[in-house]
Amino acid sequence: MVHKSIEKALILKNQALTPEIHEMVLGVKTTLGVTPGQFINLYCKDGSRLLPRPISISEADEKGGTLRLIYKVLGKGTEEFANLQKYEEIDYLGPLGKGFTLEKDDGKTETQETQEILIIGGGVGVPPLLELSKQLKGKKRVLLGFEKESILIEDFKKVATEVAVATTTGDEGIKGTVMDLLEQGAYAPKKIYSCGPKGMLKAVQAWGRERNIPMELSLEERMACGIGACLVCTCKTKEGPHEEDWSYKRVCKDGPVFKGDEVMFE
Amino acid sequence: MSKSEKRPNLAVKLSGVELKNPIMPASGTFGSGKEFDEYLDLNRLGMVVTKGVADVPWKGNATPRVAETYGGMLNSVGLQNPGIEHFIREDIPFLQNYNTRTMVNIAGRSIEEYVRVVTALQNQPVDLLELNISCPNIKEGGVAFGTDVDMAYRVTKKVKEASRQPLIVKLSPNVTDIVAVAKACEAAGADGISLINTLLGMKMDIKTRRPLLANTFGGLSGPAIKPVALRMVYQVAKEIKIPIIGIGGITTWEDALEFILAGATAVQVGTANFRNPRVMVEIIEGLENYLKEENIDGIEELIGAGHE
Repeated sequence: MVHKSIEKALILKNQALTPEIHEMVLGVKTTLGVTPGQFINLYCKDGSRLLPRPISISEADEKGGTLRLIYKVLGKGTEEFANLQKYEEIDYLGPLGKGFTLEKDDGKTETQETQEILIIGGGVGVPPLLELSKQLKGKKRVLLGFEKESILIEDFKKVATEVAVATTTGDEGIKGTVMDLLEQGAYAPKKIYSCGPKGMLKAVQAWGRERNIPMELSLEERMACGIGACLVCTCKTKEGPHEEDWSYKRVCKDGPVFKGDEVMFE
Repeated sequence: MSKSEKRPNLAVKLSGVELKNPIMPASGTFGSGKEFDEYLDLNRLGMVVTKGVADVPWKGNATPRVAETYGGMLNSVGLQNPGIEHFIREDIPFLQNYNTRTMVNIAGRSIEEYVRVVTALQNQPVDLLELNISCPNIKEGGVAFGTDVDMAYRVTKKVKEASRQPLIVKLSPNVTDIVAVAKACEAAGADGISLINTLLGMKMDIKTRRPLLANTFGGLSGPAIKPVALRMVYQVAKEIKIPIIGIGGITTWEDALEFILAGATAVQVGTANFRNPRVMVEIIEGLENYLKEENIDGIEELIGAGHE
């Protein structure tokens, strides 16, 4: 049995998209077998920062062997990543986690060209939805929410039927959130895919539940190992019909993508 | 055959159990090995030490459960585990597929709970038990036993009476006199001591101006705690006769060797597994190379050599 291990990636591009959000393109092994919604562990060179940083995969070119990552500079670790230069190497492990399913709920048929799909993203939850939007079939309507500045809008326009933007400051798109876009749009999707902050996912879940629409939600949580061993990145999930029937699942291994109905938000 | 052509011998005898090498994961960093199966060959390990298991399922603490700190990390998982029944059904059969030893880490909030877990494991293929009286993340039991000499004695004695397997007691560093606790466990019949569990710590979130961990406090692990752990192993090794398993920030073969020189018969690798899932195999290979280069027949020669 061949064991997986940490690999070296070559940084092909590393630049700021906004003051906080950066883009990194990595040259990696071909045919990693990435599913949209998966992430990789990136490792700091500075040994005082020993935990990997889980970064979602925004685009994967399997033949060309490149991964595009969009990440937010949040602390010392991501600051280190932002300062890396083109052609420097960085250690990575992955792809990791369970991504989105591209099939219909019966697990057999792919989404149809005529089917209405709603893709809802917020903040740094937006990037993994790009590869998903590329790979999904159907009428893809994408709703994206940001604080002030948007990212990846042009990329989404190339692969989606419709892209609508909201910002809380009103600098771009409508002034408000993705929920305002959702209320204004008279959408009747067959399925919802979403990734973003917990508050947003909770609102999306409530909206979808009211209308009985199948959903897949991608969560974010502080992680350590990223491979399902340490149990720090758990989320509450429903295990039965009663309020007390719940358990903690691992965001890194059982997720980050969960069926919309199982996730219990506080 | 000359010395240099011999395969270096990493085998050690721990509380009567032969291990092919002294390297094993620290409980709670390795599950029961399933998650690491795709990253390393479990057959290479001296032993697998499983995540702490209680008599019934425990849900653990709220998130966030982790914070990185300089050269280390804090966790407040709170011994989330599926309970002994599930463990016996799912994890023991999995471990039976591998040619390695198994030590089960036992969690509890009372002597009765510990004894129930141990009793359930009596007819199972388990080589050693590790009694966790040192988890800082649960409110009752756990660390309370590990920080009180009399309670450490009582729980060790009761659990030992219920166990056919050799019993290792895992101690907390959050005490004034680690030697006194270790001696009490030895007197109560423990077959070995694991040193150390995590150091109690915390981190503030300066954005919310509140403690970052949902549980306020967490256990500090990683390279940052290595000097403290090494000192405790050295101190305890001077005073007890039963073997010691050294734990605390071990990341490289050199770290492992330091603990062995301080008196550890075996060592556990914890937080380092999170940075490199293959790290234990690299440590084993590093120790093999060291023995070869230094012309040392077996690693057992080096146990406690730092005391001479």
